[in-house]
Amino acid sequence: MPYIPNSDADRAAMLTEIGVNSVDELFAPIPKDIRTDGPLAIDPGLTELDLREHVAELGSWNRPAGTRPCFLGGGTYNHDWPALVDHLQSRTEFLTAYTPYQPECSQGTLQWIYEFQSMIAELCGCEIANASMYDGASAAAEALMMASNIKRRKRVVVSAGLHPDARATINTYVKHLNIEVVEAPLVDGVTAWGDTVNSDTAAVLVQQPNFLGTVEDLDAVTAKAGEHDALSICSLYPIATGLLRSPGKAGFDIVVGDGQSLGVPMGYGGPHFGFFATRQKFVRQLPGRLVGESVDTEGRRAYTLTFATREQHIRREKATSNICTNNALIALRGCVHMAALGPRGIEEVACLSRQRALDLADALPGATDAIQLAFPDRPFFNEVAFRATGGDVAVTRLKNALAAANIAGVIAASQWYADLDGVFTLACTEKTRPEHIERLVQVASETFQMEVAL
Amino acid sequence: MNHTPVPLLFEASRPGRRCTRYQGANRTKAAAGLPAGELRDAPPALPEIAEQDLLRHFTILSQKNYAISTQFYPLGSCTMKYNPQVNEAIASQPAWAHLHPLQESGEVQGALKLMHQLQADLAEATGLPAVTLHPAAGAQGELTALMCLRAWLNDQDQPDRRTVLIPDSAHGTNPASCTLAGFKVQSLKTGPDGLTDMDDLKSKLGPHIAGLMITNPNTIGLFEENIAEICELVHEAGGRVYMDGANFNAIVGVAKPGDFGIDMMHLNLHKTFSTPHGGGGPGSGPICVTEDLRKYLPAPQVIENESGYLLATPSLSIGRVRGYHGNFMVLLRAYSYIKRLGAEGLRRVAENAVLNANYLRVKLNQHWRVPFDGICMHEFVARPTKEMKENGVHTLDIAKRLIELGYHPPTVYFPLVVAEAIMAEPTETECKETLDGYIEAMIQIAEEARRGDEALHKAPQNTPVSRVDEARAVKDPKLCFTCG
Repeated sequence: MPYIPNSDADRAAMLTEIGVNSVDELFAPIPKDIRTDGPLAIDPGLTELDLREHVAELGSWNRPAGTRPCFLGGGTYNHDWPALVDHLQSRTEFLTAYTPYQPECSQGTLQWIYEFQSMIAELCGCEIANASMYDGASAAAEALMMASNIKRRKRVVVSAGLHPDARATINTYVKHLNIEVVEAPLVDGVTAWGDTVNSDTAAVLVQQPNFLGTVEDLDAVTAKAGEHDALSICSLYPIATGLLRSPGKAGFDIVVGDGQSLGVPMGYGGPHFGFFATRQKFVRQLPGRLVGESVDTEGRRAYTLTFATREQHIRREKATSNICTNNALIALRGCVHMAALGPRGIEEVACLSRQRALDLADALPGATDAIQLAFPDRPFFNEVAFRATGGDVAVTRLKNALAAANIAGVIAASQWYADLDGVFTLACTEKTRPEHIERLVQVASETFQMEVAL
Repeated sequence: MNHTPVPLLFEASRPGRRCTRYQGANRTKAAAGLPAGELRDAPPALPEIAEQDLLRHFTILSQKNYAISTQFYPLGSCTMKYNPQVNEAIASQPAWAHLHPLQESGEVQGALKLMHQLQADLAEATGLPAVTLHPAAGAQGELTALMCLRAWLNDQDQPDRRTVLIPDSAHGTNPASCTLAGFKVQSLKTGPDGLTDMDDLKSKLGPHIAGLMITNPNTIGLFEENIAEICELVHEAGGRVYMDGANFNAIVGVAKPGDFGIDMMHLNLHKTFSTPHGGGGPGSGPICVTEDLRKYLPAPQVIENESGYLLATPSLSIGRVRGYHGNFMVLLRAYSYIKRLGAEGLRRVAENAVLNANYLRVKLNQHWRVPFDGICMHEFVARPTKEMKENGVHTLDIAKRLIELGYHPPTVYFPLVVAEAIMAEPTETECKETLDGYIEAMIQIAEEARRGDEALHKAPQNTPVSRVDEARAVKDPKLCFTCG
């Protein structure tokens, strides 16, 4: 059998040592009447060769966006990473290690997590960061629960510009804790806080840039939150910090986000990693694992998991969260990628992504009257919202035409924002080439010219 | 292991050194049109390191780890089994890795078909027909299922049933998930036989009970023989039964939880289905439930219709617990594992895991105290003898001495119902010689502990660092370089 080393002779010798005649006897504690009769209705096993061919055949039914010009964004971006990242992820001593509960034989994992925490804290502009979360959506939900615990208030205000999956996740998580979620709407592409924030509010959550690509006014958030002694939380696209300021430096109390853009394959949406940064004074309310520096018995610098008394394996029903993992292997990718980028690299990625988006925002409405900028007065980073004058029908036409031209792109906004018929987003990264933009613009212009001709 | 001290990336940083470079960036052009207040003055102060030095940094760090690829790793309940190389090779293929989560279903039929088949195979293995692959990890699977339970109770007009019974041997995530789902926890006693105390269970059932969370086999490594009766009692009392599937590898192909009365369970794909632990995730925690609970499952699920496979939201779905569709790249590895093993291979997993655990148990029970010394399933719990304790030897010393001898220690101080517990799970992928080597080490340590060897308290000495001062890490917290 695959992956089982012991031979029949080994098994016989072991059974003799145990003092039973058959493996069946070892299952005696399972009452006969609840045992499964016969084999599972699962196909017989494949050889490795057959398995590879089978999965390759299945894979041939996919048209991966990342292997062709890709303008899809919506929280997951087609960024590049160096070969170093893949190589180090596949280092078997990282790949097949367990959670570093035994620090003496886990210094490798512990040190890189400490370095990861330090780099994430730097991008977020915060004092501390944890060892990572499942993803950006669940990190946002955990941030709100943490804020509710700190402020002992049961009301939070969330921008409608937060990723729709994150908003849905928040709603699922907090409804069991009797926390009221108030949504601040988007008006002309940016959050209109109005009078949503009041003295019962535990936290105000904004996404930077927001789901439609618009760069939000961070000071407006900290001001609103400050006025009512609420915490301010930012869900951050980390690549943007190559060009935009870090929310922690702008006064935010908690900064979370999805780390996919930091060297993680889009992978049909997961696993990515979430990150979570905050002020040191909130360390005991922090969810998730945390690595700290200490010394060993000889006084040598050593790293260890710390503040474990917050966590479920110690605190059980009183834990700050039920989280029991930190998506370590994916966070390792992020760690290597951030170190490989360095200050200049992350600035280059941010600038290139923004420059391409500027080119696209200029070229597309210039080529066809059927498409305009959706929010012409609003600043964007690498993702641009356009409006098709023909509404969602035209958006679908464009999407299909691009697919036929082997270009991945167009996320229609109306599936989440009912009032945004005809609005769609396109995103650029450092992998977007000028010729990709030219082709996209050409396809769009032909599509709508034909429409006019028809 | 590599003993070379490795400076932090920040300490090794030198201005002007580079690894990744891109051409064509122009900050002035990029900044044009952005509000001046949102721009930063200088790029983030990430370390500046050249490519080879980065490679060396992380490679040396990796050599300071124990890993399954280099060590026997008998961590109880954690199922540290071999992670097949072919699954990693498959996961690196662009056909999977470069799929964007918001692509139209027509462009991802391969991925959706794979998820659909995985749902079907997990349903078959558990006997629970409705499956969601959405949760990011086992603990999130627990939480998701408990939210489904809340939704079901509300629909039954029983919203006041708020108490969940949990045996005192359970994983810490069980009670933590209950709290997050808005339930109260009531603990159930473990009886002298290591199984859930039936009288205690009966006395605690009542109209306030929402359900029971049970791990089977339990964390002592014993199959809950009365499980069918336990489920019946909870059902009669108006509650539902959740099974923590962390130990499913002991019974896969042998018994189906759906057949013995379980209503909901999660599976840890990184345990039974062999995806790598990665130093602490990512995992994946699908949940499998009875047909009547299908409508509450989180969005989205994969369904099949005339036009192919697509993502759909169940009618009374509790919503989402994370972004997108699930940890797809972990699902891909688990799918590959199931297809490689097939029905017979999966049953052999359980058989050999149980055989290996019982072999360890009988070879060690004369040297260590094994409190529940009957046939075990895939793991068993031992503890130091009275004599060792009188010598001042604690389980922590045993664990650290094992590290010194080249073994990752078993799970220690868990389950909480056994003081100084040493919970070992060898898994099915270890050969007899590896087990014999570990047995020898444990016998040697038992002798040292009986003699009260001073060296036990100082172990490990041959690792990159010796015991770490964990109290100091809390008292004088240094949690990140830049703020230190």
